Formats: sequence, structure tokens, C-alpha cells
Amino acid sequence: MKNAKTKKRIYFDYAATTPVDKAVIKAMLPYYTEKYGNSASIHSMGVEANKAADKARETIANYLSCQISEVFFTSSATESNNWTLKGIAAANKDKGNKIIVSAIEHDCVLNSAKYLAQNGFKVEFAPVDEFGFVDTKKLKEMITKDTILVSIMHSNNEIGTIEPIEEIGKICKEKGVLFHTDACQSFGKMPINVQKLNIDLLTASSHKIYGPKGAALLYIRNGVKIEPLLHGGGHERGKRSSTVNVPAIVGFGKALELCIKEMYDERLRQTKLRDKMIKTILKKIDHSHLNGHPVKRLPNNINVRFDFIEGEALMMELDSKGIEVSTVSACASPKLESSHVLLACGVDEKYAQGTIRVSIGRYTTEKEVDYFLEVLPEAVRKIRSISPMNLREDF
Amino acid sequence: MYTEKVLEYFHKPKNLGKIKNADGVGKVGNLACGDMMYLYIKIKKEGKKEIISDIKFQTFGCVAAIATSSAITEMVKGKTIEEALEIGKGDIIDSLDGLPPIKIHCSVLATEALAEAIYDYLFNNKKPIPKSLEEKHKQIVRGNEMLAERYEEWMENQQE
Repeated sequence: MKNAKTKKRIYFDYAATTPVDKAVIKAMLPYYTEKYGNSASIHSMGVEANKAADKARETIANYLSCQISEVFFTSSATESNNWTLKGIAAANKDKGNKIIVSAIEHDCVLNSAKYLAQNGFKVEFAPVDEFGFVDTKKLKEMITKDTILVSIMHSNNEIGTIEPIEEIGKICKEKGVLFHTDACQSFGKMPINVQKLNIDLLTASSHKIYGPKGAALLYIRNGVKIEPLLHGGGHERGKRSSTVNVPAIVGFGKALELCIKEMYDERLRQTKLRDKMIKTILKKIDHSHLNGHPVKRLPNNINVRFDFIEGEALMMELDSKGIEVSTVSACASPKLESSHVLLACGVDEKYAQGTIRVSIGRYTTEKEVDYFLEVLPEAVRKIRSISPMNLREDF
Repeated sequence: MYTEKVLEYFHKPKNLGKIKNADGVGKVGNLACGDMMYLYIKIKKEGKKEIISDIKFQTFGCVAAIATSSAITEMVKGKTIEEALEIGKGDIIDSLDGLPPIKIHCSVLATEALAEAIYDYLFNNKKPIPKSLEEKHKQIVRGNEMLAERYEEWMENQQE
């Protein structure tokens, strides 16, 4: 084990979080030690801090093609998603009491929805197909007169499936219901135009794009009625009280700037690495399967399952070889439950067990990918040799 | 989250594999997480005592499931049946320098696999079965039936 600790680690868990870019840190630092004013203060240092946060707001507004006044900073994507569901429900209950979310949303959306269901709202879950695409025909039927909000993620954090957002946006517009999308995994990786996509609310987070943890955003289209989650001194134009985390927000803005600059090239580079990994894994390892769609998936997401084994064991075997991946197996879950995403896609519980997610990023090299592809078959073989469900000797 | 001991057992499992013509086989699973554990035992008579002379395991499951099953094989090898049945989850956890709270059930699974292997041996040889073991067996069987259904397809494909 000593070896594993001293050896250079290969980080393949960029979907969980990313390292902060050095340029981002550099941009943030002055706002801790020199320009530390409270952005709500009207003296010079306060104004300076406020301007810095607004610069980040502008970068984000340009990227999303929205107004600067439509971007609100929060502490996390979890907060943004909680705010959306609870805030929209509270402010629009005179219009109706039904909320629709997809079956494969992040827990913070699902559990907010369940909370609302316990408090008198009607919550329905839009089904997905085997690839994780929301069934838009079904969704259209589900939207009734009493529906106030539809929340469907831009792309899925586990299996990487990119949802038909434009189509969903169109449906919601036609039906006159608000449309929220949790874009945490897509934000900064591909163009997102909230006008073209008819998005009314959008969640994104800094730490997924090489920015610091503790900064996130909620885009709220002008005119959308939403109750605040946090009441207090009236920050963020009265919608989200809390002293504004200026340094983190400056970092968030800088991080997005860097992502935009390299977006085209990085998307291409990561897609190539992704496809090489998927192709090689499926070819080299018997009884392996891809979760999600082969093409309509995030450029950095590889999600594969191996029969006869459990994901946590494989993850830890890889960990001992210096490779960090993640798993959604029941064993690794705090509730000992299989991934709700895989189950919603119709994957049988036994197959869901042997799943690992490999997510690459800015600092992933082809050399790392090659090392992983060399080590993985042996790791799978080793864990299979322990399993009683081993089919043959020649895995 | 895992101790060095757990990881050691995981990376270098002891007594891994199958015993052909085993005297007793214990096959148990955990419904919640889907783990499966197989224990194979060989019994030898030494005077009046019956000793577990050999034991092997196969596990479908997480690091903790693999480590606990490997640990229990080491603990009972060379012990009498009575001594083996005395081993509880606490003994296994201690031998591993601890387990994360959420993984405690893995150690329970290991004791159940052993109980089932011993039950299998006693039953096949028409030997008297202690009442407590009989009761444990009844509980385990119920859970196993539900799991067997889940893994039916894989089990059918298995090579004998």
C-alpha cells in the first residue's frame, strides 16, 4: 500500500470534483487579503468587491446568453436545486401544485421533490429509456394544467447522457410551465444558450469546472416568480441573503473564462480519449457493458459495468494501482441501494452492482489513459477470481 | 475508511477458492447490498473431536465482504465445530482492526456463511443439529431464496 500512496495518482473522478486551476487561485487571492470588502458595503472596498462579483456575473451571463441581472450566486448546486424546487413551489402554488422531475436527477433534486411531496405538492417522475433519455412524449402527456415546474438535468452525472433539452424546453414553453435544468456536468463543457433552449432556471457549480468549492449559481429568467430560500439582509437583489462569497465567485468566473477559451479543443480531445477507453474496455474485457449512450454523452464520461463482480472492490483494486475512479454500487452507497439512475434505465440490480464511472478532465493525458487500459483487465480478472459467479477460467 | 488489515486481506485473500468434495458448503447472501458469500469446509476426525481441517471461500461483493470472508477462514481453520460456531461478528471485526459502521453486516454475513457450511455438514451426515443453529439456518434460507432469484441467470451458467 505504501507504493500506492507515494506513486503519482491518476485522477479519473473529474465528475465528482476538479482541482482548482492555478490561474483561478491567482485571481482569487487578492480578494482574501487585500480586496476583502463586503460587497454589500457602499464604501470603496465594498464597491470594489461588488464589481469583482459582477464581473464574474457578466462572464456567466455572456456564456448563457442571459441578462446579468438573471444570474444569482449560491453556495452550491445543492442549494440552487433546493431553491428552485422549494422557491418555485412556494411562489406559484396559486397556479398549481404539480412538479415533474426526471427519474435520474441528482439526489438534491429528488429529495427536494420528495420533501415537497410530503408538504402537499404532487410530484411525478418522468421516465427514461435504456440510455437515460427522458421520454419526451411521455413528459408531454404528464404536463397537466396544474403543473408549475419541470426539472430535467442537462446531462446525467453518473452515465453522462445528454438530455434532449431543446425539445424539452420547447414542450415546456408550449405548455406554459417553468423549465429548470441542473447543468452541473455540462456547464463550461459545451455551449448552453438559455434563450435557444427555452430554459427558465439553470443550476451550475464552480468546483466542477476547475473553480473553488462553495460557489454556484442559479440563473432565473426575469419575471419568474420564486421565493427566497435564505432570508436576511437582502443580498443578491433580495433573492438570496448571505454575505457574498466574493473570492470564490471571482474564481468561478475565472474558471468559466478558462473553460470557454479551451472548450472546442478540449471537447474534441476528451471525446477522443473517452471513445478510445470505451472501445478498448468493451473489446478487451468479456462480459463488460457500456451504461448510457455511445455518442450522446458527456465528452469526459465513461461508465461501464462488469458482470460477476461488485464495483467497490474493483474501485479499490484500481486505487491500489494508483487510479481513482468512482462507483455507484449498492455496497458503496450510504443507503446500500443500487444506483437509481441505472435502475431507472432498466438495468437489473445484479448488473448495476459491477459499475464504475471513469471521468476524465483537463489534466488527463493519453499516457494515463493507456496505463489504465493496461491495468483494468487484470484488475477485473482478479476480482472475478474471488467471485463464486466466475464463469470460466479464461476471463 | 478501511483499515490496513482490511485492505491486506482484500489484496491478498487467504484460502480463496473452492473445495471439491467439500463436507459442507455454506452459500449466503445479503439482500440489502446483493453480496454473496460461499464457504467450503472439510471436516477431519481427531479422536472424538471434529476439526475443520480445510476451508475456502468465494465472494461476490465489496472490499469488506471479501476481507471478512477471508478473515473467518483463517480464524476457524483447525478449530472444532463447536469452537467455530462460537465466533461472532465482533471477533471478525477485531481481527480486522475494525470495519466502517455501514460494513458491519459483511461480518455478519461471514458468520452466517460459516454457520450454513457447518449446518450443511451436520445435515448431510445426519448428525444432531444444535437448536440455535437450526434457527439461524431457517432465517438465512429465507433471505437466500430471494437472492437466488436475482442471480439465477448467472448461477445457471456456472461451470460445475
